[in-house]
Amino acid sequence: MAALLSYGFMQRALMAGVLVGLLCGVLGFFVVLKRLSFIGVGISHSAFGGVAIGVLLGVEPLLAAAVFSALVAWAIGWLSRTGRLHEDTAIGILFSSSMALGVALISLSSAYQVDLFGYLFGNILAVSPRDLWLLAGITIAVLTAVGLLFKELLFLAFDEEVARANGLPVAPLYFVLLTCLALAVVAAIRVVGIVLVEALLVIPAAIGYQLARGYRMMLCLSAGAAMVSAVTGLFVSYFLNVAAGATIVLVLAVLFVLALVVARSRRAAASQAVVLGHGARAVP
Amino acid sequence: MTADATPIVEVHHLAVDIDGHPVLWDIDFSIAAGAFLGIIGPNGAGKTTLLRVLLGLVPPARGAVTVLGRSPSQLGRGAHQIGYVPQRPDFDPRFPVSVQDVVMMGRACCLGLFRFPRRDDWRKVQESIRQVGLAGAESRRIGELSGGEQQRAFLARALCSETRLLLLDEATTGLDLPAQHELYALLQRLRRDLNLTIIAVSHDLLELGAHADELICINGTTHIHGRPQAVLHSHQLREAYRCEFDFLSDEARESAGRH
Repeated sequence: MAALLSYGFMQRALMAGVLVGLLCGVLGFFVVLKRLSFIGVGISHSAFGGVAIGVLLGVEPLLAAAVFSALVAWAIGWLSRTGRLHEDTAIGILFSSSMALGVALISLSSAYQVDLFGYLFGNILAVSPRDLWLLAGITIAVLTAVGLLFKELLFLAFDEEVARANGLPVAPLYFVLLTCLALAVVAAIRVVGIVLVEALLVIPAAIGYQLARGYRMMLCLSAGAAMVSAVTGLFVSYFLNVAAGATIVLVLAVLFVLALVVARSRRAAASQAVVLGHGARAVP
Repeated sequence: MTADATPIVEVHHLAVDIDGHPVLWDIDFSIAAGAFLGIIGPNGAGKTTLLRVLLGLVPPARGAVTVLGRSPSQLGRGAHQIGYVPQRPDFDPRFPVSVQDVVMMGRACCLGLFRFPRRDDWRKVQESIRQVGLAGAESRRIGELSGGEQQRAFLARALCSETRLLLLDEATTGLDLPAQHELYALLQRLRRDLNLTIIAVSHDLLELGAHADELICINGTTHIHGRPQAVLHSHQLREAYRCEFDFLSDEARESAGRH
């Protein structure tokens, strides 16, 4: 194990896993509570179009994906919030079009030497120092924005109508959230890939939602589950010699099933306590 | 209670179009500080739209609206002087927030962006919770409360800013009779203690009529506006609802019960 940790690629992979876990765990909190998971799917898949544009233009694919995903996120937000289209329709159109654009551009560019499989399914062991800096920058920027606007974003997730009536800038806040989502998706592409990034945004927060009573606990459980699964998945994948991104997601799925079982047994115990309480009162 | 003569809300010749269709037209009324105005009317009459105009959420097509001396769209940070309790909100009952978390949301607009709650804000939250009679329930999850308790928590959220004007949109819908009665009694007490001006929309004509100083009946436009007894027994009320009905006195109700 110590020898494994002495490898530079493994150290970078671990740091990337922890950073992405923290980032997606925190943002996933809002994805689950504001019910943005389908928007997350749309944004993550549209990132493929951004990667293709980057490859074609010769600019950093992840940077191109960040810009392109943010634009797609804003377009989804604009189309759905102005009532021009239902949100799921807007997502369906933009997500499939962006994927199609990506495939078309890649086939045009004949750039098959690019590690497309790595973008689609992740390649955490190939994280470069430059990727790590990009990831750290995105994590700091997104967590700062979310931290400073936390009370407003929580209000927006709970009751958007009253938040607007109270004078909060609801539309700008929503677009800030979408932009953070686009950046988190791009940050997570190296770790789990475009196809699986949604898992990191939804499953950790769903675990927190099952187990926590308060939002602070949900936030901690969500970030914790995402970081633990990233690190555990990385080691398991190394020793079993299977794809790291998929292993991280499978670890998350196992944690979610455990959370479901714990939540269910807690509810059963609580309802039994209520029944017993009534019974005790009924006895003279 | 005596109402201050200064109008808190003034509406002149208000007209509202939604998607090109007229929803409200020729609406005129004003409400003095400390008064309680009830808005009644059939389904689809535009009652909620009228409240949304006062909140600055729907722009008027024509006419002039002044709330707390300003146009609703220009209230900005002045919005924290308006408390809003919507129709039973469609929130996730498992949303992981406690009563005090929900009430603190009402402080968000007072605090402003990028600012964190301080001790004074938490004190104000506790005070609002106490005022609505939920002391001791601060840490309970909002979804675990009964319907009546939830409405009180949302009322506390509406009071938690520096509220002068309280707008309620069918706040008693879904509540049983005792809970409705308690909510109205609470509103009267808050109005007196905090010198609140209240505008409430409701389908419960009798209960609202018993507590409001004035009723305004709308169905697109104003059908009648005046003292509750006069409005409830007017033919304009029947016109607005497009049906004949009458309110039984307590004696008549008792008599009907005996037969």
